[in-house]
Amino acid sequence: MQRTRPAALGAVALSLGIVLAGCGSGSSSGSGDTNTITVAYQRTAQFTQLDSVLKKAASEYEAANPGKKVKLTAIEAEQDQYFTKLALMNRSPSTAPDVIYEDSFQVRSDAAAGYLAPIDEQLAGWSDWSQFDDVAKQAGLGDDKKTYGVSMGTDTRALFYNKDIFAKAGLPTDWKPKTWDDVLSAARTIKQKAPGVTPINVYAGKAAGEATSMQGFEMLLYGTDSTLYDDSTQKWVTGSPGFKDSLSFYQTIFGEKLAPALDVALDATVGSRVATEMLPRGELAIALDGSWLPGQWIEGDNAWKGWEDTIGFAPMPTQNGQAPGSVSMSGGWLLSVGANAKDKNAAFDFIKVALNRDNSLKYDTENSQIAVRKDVASDEKYLSYNPSFEFFSSLVPTTHFRPATPDYSQISGNIQVAAESVATGSSTPDEAAKAYDEGLVGIVGQDKVQGG
Amino acid sequence: MGIFLVGPIGYALYGSLTNAALSGYRAVAPEFVGFDNYTQLFTSSQFWESVWLTLVFVVGSALIGQNVLGMALALLVRNGPKRLGPVVSSLVVTAWVLPEIVAAFTLYAFFATDGTLNEMLGWVGLDGPTWLITVPLLTVVLANVWRGTAFSMMVYSAALAEVPPDLTEAAEIDGAGWWQRFIRITLPMVRRAIATNMMLTTLQTLGVFTLIWVMTGGGPGTQSSTLPILAFQQAFKFAQVGYGTAIATVTLLVGALFAVVYVKVLKPEVDS
Repeated sequence: MQRTRPAALGAVALSLGIVLAGCGSGSSSGSGDTNTITVAYQRTAQFTQLDSVLKKAASEYEAANPGKKVKLTAIEAEQDQYFTKLALMNRSPSTAPDVIYEDSFQVRSDAAAGYLAPIDEQLAGWSDWSQFDDVAKQAGLGDDKKTYGVSMGTDTRALFYNKDIFAKAGLPTDWKPKTWDDVLSAARTIKQKAPGVTPINVYAGKAAGEATSMQGFEMLLYGTDSTLYDDSTQKWVTGSPGFKDSLSFYQTIFGEKLAPALDVALDATVGSRVATEMLPRGELAIALDGSWLPGQWIEGDNAWKGWEDTIGFAPMPTQNGQAPGSVSMSGGWLLSVGANAKDKNAAFDFIKVALNRDNSLKYDTENSQIAVRKDVASDEKYLSYNPSFEFFSSLVPTTHFRPATPDYSQISGNIQVAAESVATGSSTPDEAAKAYDEGLVGIVGQDKVQGG
Repeated sequence: MGIFLVGPIGYALYGSLTNAALSGYRAVAPEFVGFDNYTQLFTSSQFWESVWLTLVFVVGSALIGQNVLGMALALLVRNGPKRLGPVVSSLVVTAWVLPEIVAAFTLYAFFATDGTLNEMLGWVGLDGPTWLITVPLLTVVLANVWRGTAFSMMVYSAALAEVPPDLTEAAEIDGAGWWQRFIRITLPMVRRAIATNMMLTTLQTLGVFTLIWVMTGGGPGTQSSTLPILAFQQAFKFAQVGYGTAIATVTLLVGALFAVVYVKVLKPEVDS
């Protein structure tokens, strides 16, 4: 027995320790040789467009640079786990990738953590850089005003609705809601007139990660008179009425069972299910979602013939219809050079190939991105590829960007907690907002917040 | 051996005294913050809720579920009909043989809203609830019982085989019924095995992560967030590695506490 005890304790220590050991920063000399470029990126069942662009770019790069190899390391995970895995890879030089597919909201944070290399020198020698618009250039900036990534495209968010279901429920098929109440009353009508159909999806679960913060909560909050972060004072906002109203919206749709059942809403795969199952099968009437959705319906495994006849788009209205009438959020992803890349110029050369005019065009069309290269945005092939481009590009004037501070990703986690706790009914909007405020102060400190 | 054991614990202890993060400035240069993480932890209602959930999970699935069911199965295999024994034990051991992740997926498929259980309830005309959402803790407790009982059964089978038959026979002649023989003779004889088994299953259950993570993800909300899930969420979801490490360290201490209690209460070394 005396022997069993420390051994058993050790087993617990080890099983817990494994998690922690992953965080240790290793100091080994690195695995890849300088002639191999490793590229870390995300691939899921519904997101294969990047995979195909990078494969094309890899073969083009290898053909143009004899002796060089590109090793594509696809991380098969939903967004939240992708960030975690990437952060863990980046913590040790022996596993850190050379080229990284990076979300724009993580750039500042990862640059501050020393995971990314500044690429200003390389950009200065790249004639294509002048083709990128200013917003795209902004997206790659770190706290130190150096550039840490090249934008692949941007996106906007709005309401998708199923015209067939709307017709069946006696609602207009050219729907233009003016306020949140218009959205809710349409959802209520659908619940009554089209039983069996889920009226509306607004992402609410922790497991959905950033989708809950951005496609869900922030699409509501930025349509109120409150905001998340005051740019002029550089302080985070606590106790704002808009924050509570946004949570009340969740309380309404989940309380009245207008939203998907919790087993779907809180599942990590809810994003894939909305895009590839619920909308195409006519099981969901309204979805608050991102401009990239139609990309997968046009071509590939999840192709959906005739989607453009079924799906309509409407801008997400502001809370009470206040100016400018509608709201959208924009993000987008970049390709960055890892700070531990052995040959940073080679890594950047690969990015140059991956985001040249042809490959940007391929990616922006197939993944329905809003193009950030001027030569792509004005290309006839781009403009005629997807009937939804015109609509989603028209949202750019009223779009918002997330507060790009190094703390944002942690704060976003707290937003998801608030949304989920209201959706499950375990907190009232007031309680959830209070818990968020406390968490926020814990993260940024009392001197970085202000009342709303 | 010492390095393997003490190394990770020491490193975890140090990590829990810093504000290390997964990204941002504090990823590259974590600061030493003393016991701040622990102060924050012990004043957090979420932590205490998690401690309570962990206790319910451990007591329900390990102490009661696995131990009692394991003992019952061991008795059944030993004293029940001859043919039944091998069938029951091979069925139970199958669950034990499955890797944790496979078992977790199996049970997720079983309890999911359109899963096996509700399908079977449908055959008899019942409309099953959304198990993983309405009773998340109960489903993970049942899952852990299903998966872990084989271990207890095997330990108790071995222990029961060591009980000298002449003792129970003597008691039987003295007029002791089945229950009395079990309470007065068998249980005291296998006390050491019980103590060891309780400790092993407790420590094993304290560390269960995959099963819960796959089945409920600790949710809905935090309704099935035991300490290991909370530690993972804080370290990787909220990027607070230092804080997460503090939770892991506390879990370790809880395990040590259980071990000490067992050793004191059941005094397995003294056999008199």
